[in-house]
Amino acid sequence: MFIVKEIQTAAYLFASILFILSLSGLSSQESAKRGVLYGIVGMIVAIIATVLGQGVEGHIYIIGAIAIASIIGILLARKVEMTAMPQLVAILHSFVGLAAVLVGFGSYLDPATQALTGAEHTIHLVEVFVGIFIGAITFTGSIIAWGKLDGKVPSKPWSFKGLQMMNLILLLVCVALGVLFCNAHGTGGMLYLLIMTAIASFIGVVLVMAIGGGDMPVVVSMLNSYSGWAASAAGFMLGNDLLIVTGALVGSSGAILSMHMCHAMNRSFFSVIFASGGGGSSQGGEKKAIEGEVTALNHEEVATLLKEAKSVVIVPGYGMAVAKAQYPIFDMVQTLRKANKNVRFAIHPVAGRLPGHMNVLLAEANVPYDIVLEMDEINDDMPDTDVVMVIGANDVVNPSAQDDPASSIYGMPVIEAWKAEKVIIMKRSMSAGYSGEDNPLFYKPNSEMLYGDAKASVEKLLGFLKA
Amino acid sequence: MKVGVPTEISANELRVAATPKTIKRLQKQGFDVYIQKGAGLKANYADKEFEEAGAKLVNTASEIYTQSHIVLKVKEPTTEEVALMREGLVMLSYLWPAQNQDLLQKLADKKVNAVAMDAIPRISRAQKMDVLSSMANIAGYRAVIEGSYHFGRFLNGQITAAGKVEPAKVLVIGAGVAGLASIGAANSLGAIVRAFDTRKEVAEQIESMGAQFLTVEIEEDGATASGYSKEMSKEFIEAEMKLFLEQAKEVDIVITTAQIPGRPAPKLWLDYHVQAMKPGSVIVDLAASTGGNCAFTKNGEIFTTDNGVTIVGKLNQLPNQASQLYGNNLCHLLDDMGKAEKFKIDMEDAVVSRAMVTYNGKINWPPAPLQVSPTAGGGGKKVAAPTAEETKAIEEAKAKKAATSTIIALAVVGALLLLVGAFAPSAFIQHFTVFVLAVFVGWQVITNVSHSLHTPLMAVTNAISGIIVVGGLLQTKNDATNIMTIIASIAILIASINIVGGFVVTHRMLKMFKK
Repeated sequence: MFIVKEIQTAAYLFASILFILSLSGLSSQESAKRGVLYGIVGMIVAIIATVLGQGVEGHIYIIGAIAIASIIGILLARKVEMTAMPQLVAILHSFVGLAAVLVGFGSYLDPATQALTGAEHTIHLVEVFVGIFIGAITFTGSIIAWGKLDGKVPSKPWSFKGLQMMNLILLLVCVALGVLFCNAHGTGGMLYLLIMTAIASFIGVVLVMAIGGGDMPVVVSMLNSYSGWAASAAGFMLGNDLLIVTGALVGSSGAILSMHMCHAMNRSFFSVIFASGGGGSSQGGEKKAIEGEVTALNHEEVATLLKEAKSVVIVPGYGMAVAKAQYPIFDMVQTLRKANKNVRFAIHPVAGRLPGHMNVLLAEANVPYDIVLEMDEINDDMPDTDVVMVIGANDVVNPSAQDDPASSIYGMPVIEAWKAEKVIIMKRSMSAGYSGEDNPLFYKPNSEMLYGDAKASVEKLLGFLKA
Repeated sequence: MKVGVPTEISANELRVAATPKTIKRLQKQGFDVYIQKGAGLKANYADKEFEEAGAKLVNTASEIYTQSHIVLKVKEPTTEEVALMREGLVMLSYLWPAQNQDLLQKLADKKVNAVAMDAIPRISRAQKMDVLSSMANIAGYRAVIEGSYHFGRFLNGQITAAGKVEPAKVLVIGAGVAGLASIGAANSLGAIVRAFDTRKEVAEQIESMGAQFLTVEIEEDGATASGYSKEMSKEFIEAEMKLFLEQAKEVDIVITTAQIPGRPAPKLWLDYHVQAMKPGSVIVDLAASTGGNCAFTKNGEIFTTDNGVTIVGKLNQLPNQASQLYGNNLCHLLDDMGKAEKFKIDMEDAVVSRAMVTYNGKINWPPAPLQVSPTAGGGGKKVAAPTAEETKAIEEAKAKKAATSTIIALAVVGALLLLVGAFAPSAFIQHFTVFVLAVFVGWQVITNVSHSLHTPLMAVTNAISGIIVVGGLLQTKNDATNIMTIIASIAILIASINIVGGFVVTHRMLKMFKK
């Protein structure tokens, strides 16, 4: 049973609409679940319409592959811990990249495309070449990103002088290979294609190696964007509008996310991607000397402060994710809220290692999303806040971003924790944050440190609060 | 170090400079606290409570003044009190230095290092020691309570079985700390609150407290660098008076809070305003001690005019509460000055140097001006903000520049598209059209996504980008040994993992988001 080309096109159009609705559905909490449903339906429509189309062979392999993949996919998604979300997203990106590479090779080997002539043939070859190039970068880049997020690869930026230059030369080599490839007859360009794939894979590795752990939200959303462009490129080579549209949707949405993230760090996209680890908009000059001294409290004293406070704001960071402290934090929030205290969370756009990472972790621990506020929503309330608890965050509450032009994070919007009556900073040690900047917040007269693992500390606090 | 707290000798002063709570705090800072017997009686603190908190009771004021290193007081000392003080004593008290030059001279002669708590600069860092704010907060609250007491009706509107009650209308003049506290208190009692201030910047604060901001139709901002209002032009005042007259006919309670430091309070509510008010209305004048904002106010008195308007020129200070807040302010200042161990008079410090009105036998008043208005930026040596015209010019230039660069960009894009159109086959152009439009759609759709949903969004776009599976589907052949079938099957496999995994995990995440 086949469906005619026109019906298939109509089905593709329908699927495209569903994908658009799916993405727009995700813009708010209320419609997000519906958005996912649209996406699933769209995907099913797209796959069925393709499989039923004319000229599709090998149904048995298709069904087999999809069945195996579904089981793997479901297991993967069920098993993953919310703190490991960034890793999952990264590894899934690599799959898209790899698939794009494979589809590219398949398309090149397809006898049907080799029959093309003239400009059409050249354009097709360029599409294959570009598609594989993007796919390969996405593939290896995502794998490195996964490794960094999972701690398998050191998250420190790895770079050397002349890295930029090398990348540029490699890029030019790829262009040259592209020219050779387009002029080759039959499948004679295979060698060039393979060399280029190897080079692109290498570029993907060094590109992400050079970026530090704290910039991962940008990298992950950038790779998300790449995976979209790779799908789009595959669409061009196969002449399939559905792939083009969907790839473009994903590509541009990933690009927007990357820009959001960069904006939240007050850095340009290029400085994140190309400047090896940090750099940023430092304007040079003498760094401000930090005045004051660091004072620490014990758990009992902090619990007393919390008992006396009326309004509490919690600023979570990557440290909370590492310590998996979100559950005891939620218990603590419940206890405080029962005592009629106004408890809210302040989330910085780049807190964590994935855009929106903190929100997902808090949601996992059942924190209602209406008390989880964005930086801009809560900064104005800081002066009226009695206690701010900074849990595993550092750079996002660094006052240097506002008052020290010599700081590398100067100009980055930050949560103004220091304006509160009292700031409690829960930290394992006095080490600097991802940016490597010392944090004058710790030295302010109204800040107190509470040393220890975030999870154990919160549990201890909870004990004192309930006592 | 010894901190002494004498009994306030003025009959009108009910507060005391330390309470059991602040005494505990002072001890934590390392001070030994001595307090004169009976010091807290008027504020409802018994000697026993002080003792239990750890203070030592002393019989006479002279013991306090001769033996302490630091004396905490509320009201400025009398000549007799100054006479008791020892040389080198540090004294924290209200002093009103602008009005009390003689007193400053006497303190300087005695080599007393006096800190005028009312001269603490009103900058962010010093807010916690700003007694004017903490006391104004109490006064503002109390003004509503007293006003409501003298007003013969409910403040909130009610619909009862016995009939409907209109809500009272309260007008607050001056939206400083006291004014804002009044607005908050009146609002929570259910009254309709309006507020007037010459400083446009406070409109937002007024509205945030639940009052309607009244203003006159003249472009003039009363804000100054000191944070207080300046005097306004004649036209402005005329318009203001006209506005007040209209309000006078309507409102039930007027609370005036306008004060200018070191000067008599401005007269804002004149005889004809009082005459225009309904019988039974109330005026609470918080500026009574500096002459009053209302023409008829008598300091320390409550009386009713011939047309039945009650004018309140005296307020209960809530001495218990006020002592507590005042005591906290003092503790904060001592905290800043290094507590007991590292106690130091640091004349480089912006707060101490301004509030320390006598130091080492010299008068240190008036201090150098300090920029504090919120519009002027976070304090310190900031460059003056550009004028409105300059900003406008800059913005216009920017807009022009942006427009030009947009036009250039569009021209380049157009040229490139023409180039593509000239050489590419028609099928490519069609696909390209679809591609470009899709990029724009994606851009528009995603721009509004809330931060909190970024992770689910990425997971779902991830699943959707698994659409690449279609590529694999189109390439499989019936022949399993065909290299294309193998490649395509692998592509289908991994892309499908992506699709299924992406959707399932997104679903899992979204299930967790609860209100």
